[in-house]
Amino acid sequence: MIQEKKNIDTPTLPDKKTSIIEIVDLHKTFGKNEVLKGVNLIVKKGENLVILGKSGSGKSITIKCLVGLVVADKGEIKVFDTDITKLDNNQLNEIRVRIGFLFQNAALYDSMSVRENLGFTLKRHVTDLSPEELEAEIIEVLESVGLADAIDKMPSELSGGMRKRIGLARTLILKPEIILYDEPTTGLDTITSREISELILEIQKKNKTSSIIITHDMACAKHTADRLIILKDGVIHAEGSYEELEKSDDEWVRSFFI
Amino acid sequence: MIIYLKNIFDDVGKVSLFAIRFFKEVLTPPYEFKEFVKQCYIIGYKSLPLVAITGFIMGLVLTLQSRPTLAKFGAESWLPGMVALSLIREIAPVITALICAGKVSSGIGAELGSMKVTEQIDAMEVAAINPFKYLVVTRILATTLMVPVLVIFADAIGMLGGFIGVNMHSDINLTRYISQVFQSLAFLDIVPATIKTFFFGFFIGMIGCYKGFTAANGTESVGLAANSAVVTASLTIFIIDMLAVQITDLFF
Repeated sequence: MIQEKKNIDTPTLPDKKTSIIEIVDLHKTFGKNEVLKGVNLIVKKGENLVILGKSGSGKSITIKCLVGLVVADKGEIKVFDTDITKLDNNQLNEIRVRIGFLFQNAALYDSMSVRENLGFTLKRHVTDLSPEELEAEIIEVLESVGLADAIDKMPSELSGGMRKRIGLARTLILKPEIILYDEPTTGLDTITSREISELILEIQKKNKTSSIIITHDMACAKHTADRLIILKDGVIHAEGSYEELEKSDDEWVRSFFI
Repeated sequence: MIIYLKNIFDDVGKVSLFAIRFFKEVLTPPYEFKEFVKQCYIIGYKSLPLVAITGFIMGLVLTLQSRPTLAKFGAESWLPGMVALSLIREIAPVITALICAGKVSSGIGAELGSMKVTEQIDAMEVAAINPFKYLVVTRILATTLMVPVLVIFADAIGMLGGFIGVNMHSDINLTRYISQVFQSLAFLDIVPATIKTFFFGFFIGMIGCYKGFTAANGTESVGLAANSAVVTASLTIFIIDMLAVQITDLFF
C-alpha cells in the first residue's frame, strides 16, 4: 500500500515491536533554514530502508542525527530502544559501536594504510586481540569486500569504488547491527555502482544488518530497498515499496523514477 | 570597527573554550601515547634541519653584524657573551617559534582542516573514537614539549655559528669561546627564556589545532585554516614574548 503523506502529525508506525530505529517528530534548523520539520520513520530489524529526496531535503542530516553527529533541536531518536537524544557522550559511544556509517567519500584516514585504517578502529574497541588475531580479522573483512590484496595500499592509491569498499570494510570490522549508507554509489560508474549495491544486499543477508541507504541512484535504490521513503520540505512525503512508488498518483514522486 | 572587535572577542572566547576542553581531556584516560610520540617525531625531529640552518645563520649573522660596533669601543672580546645572551634570551626562542608557527601550526591547521572537510573527523566520532583526544591533545602536547627542545637546539647551533663568525676576523679556540659564553650567562638568563618557549609551543599547537578542527566544510577552508593558523600563531608569539619580558623584568 502506498502511503503518501502531507502535513503529517503522527507517524505511521509499520511494526513497533520489530523496529530497531524509531524517529519521532525530528526537527533541525540551521540558522534560518529549517531542514527537518518533523520527520517520523521506523526501520525494522533486518530491513533496508532507502531514503530519496532532492539535494538539501535533509536526508544526510537525518542519518547524522542517528549517530549524534548532528544534534536534533526537537524529537525522539530511538536506536535499540534507547533514546539517544538523552544520552551523554560515553553512553552514546556504546550505541555508536553497534552502528556502522559509510560516508559519501568513504572518509578513509589519509595518513594510514588500509591495514591501519581497519586496525585503528578495531584495536580501540577490542583490546585483547593478539597481533595475529587482529591481522586475521582485517584480512577476513577485506576478503568479504573482495579487496584482500589492497591491505598495504594507501587511500590515495585506491579508486573511488575501492575506497567505498574499504570504507565499508572499516564499518563491518566492528560487526555493526545497523549500517547507515550516505550515498554509497555517488561518483561511481554503473558497473561499480551495481557491485556496491550487491555488496549492500550481501551484507544484509550475511550479517542480518538493518540499514538506511541514502541515494540518488535509482538503480541502487531498486536493487537494495525493502522499503523507500521520499523526503520533501523536511517531512516524509511518500512511503512504500519501489514498485508502489513507481506507480504513484503523485507526479512529483513519479519524477524520481523516470 | 565594533564588528571587528566583536569578532576578535568571539574568537578569543572560542579558543578559550577549546583550551578548557584540552585541559579536561589531557587529564582523562585513555592516553594516546603512541600518537603523541609520533607527533613528537614529526614536529620535533623533522623540524631539526630547518631549525639548525636558521639557528646557525642567526648566530653567524648576529656575530658579523655586531662586531663593527663592538670594535669601535674596543670591546670585541665581549662578542661571544653578547651573542650568547642575545640568542638565548630573545632571538633563538622567537625565531624558532616563528619558524614552528610557519611550519608546524600551518601544517596542523591544514591537516586537521582537510580531515574535517573529508569527514575523517566525523568518521572517528561515529566509530566511538574521541577525535579531540587523538588529534588535538597529542599535537598540543607534542608542540609544547618539542618547541623548547628545538629552541635549546637552536641556541647551541646559533652559538656554533657565532664561533665561526668570531673566527672569521680573529683567532679563538672553541674551549675559550665556550668559557667566555658561560661566563657571561647567568641562570636567570636561561630559565625565563626557556619557560616562555613552553608557552610558545602550547599556543602554536593550540592555534593550529583550533583552526583546523573548526574549519568549515569546503576545500577553501583548508587553505584559510592553514593561513590564519600561521598569522594568529605568529602574532600570539610576539604578544607572549612581550608579556614574558615584562613579567621577567618585574620579578628578576
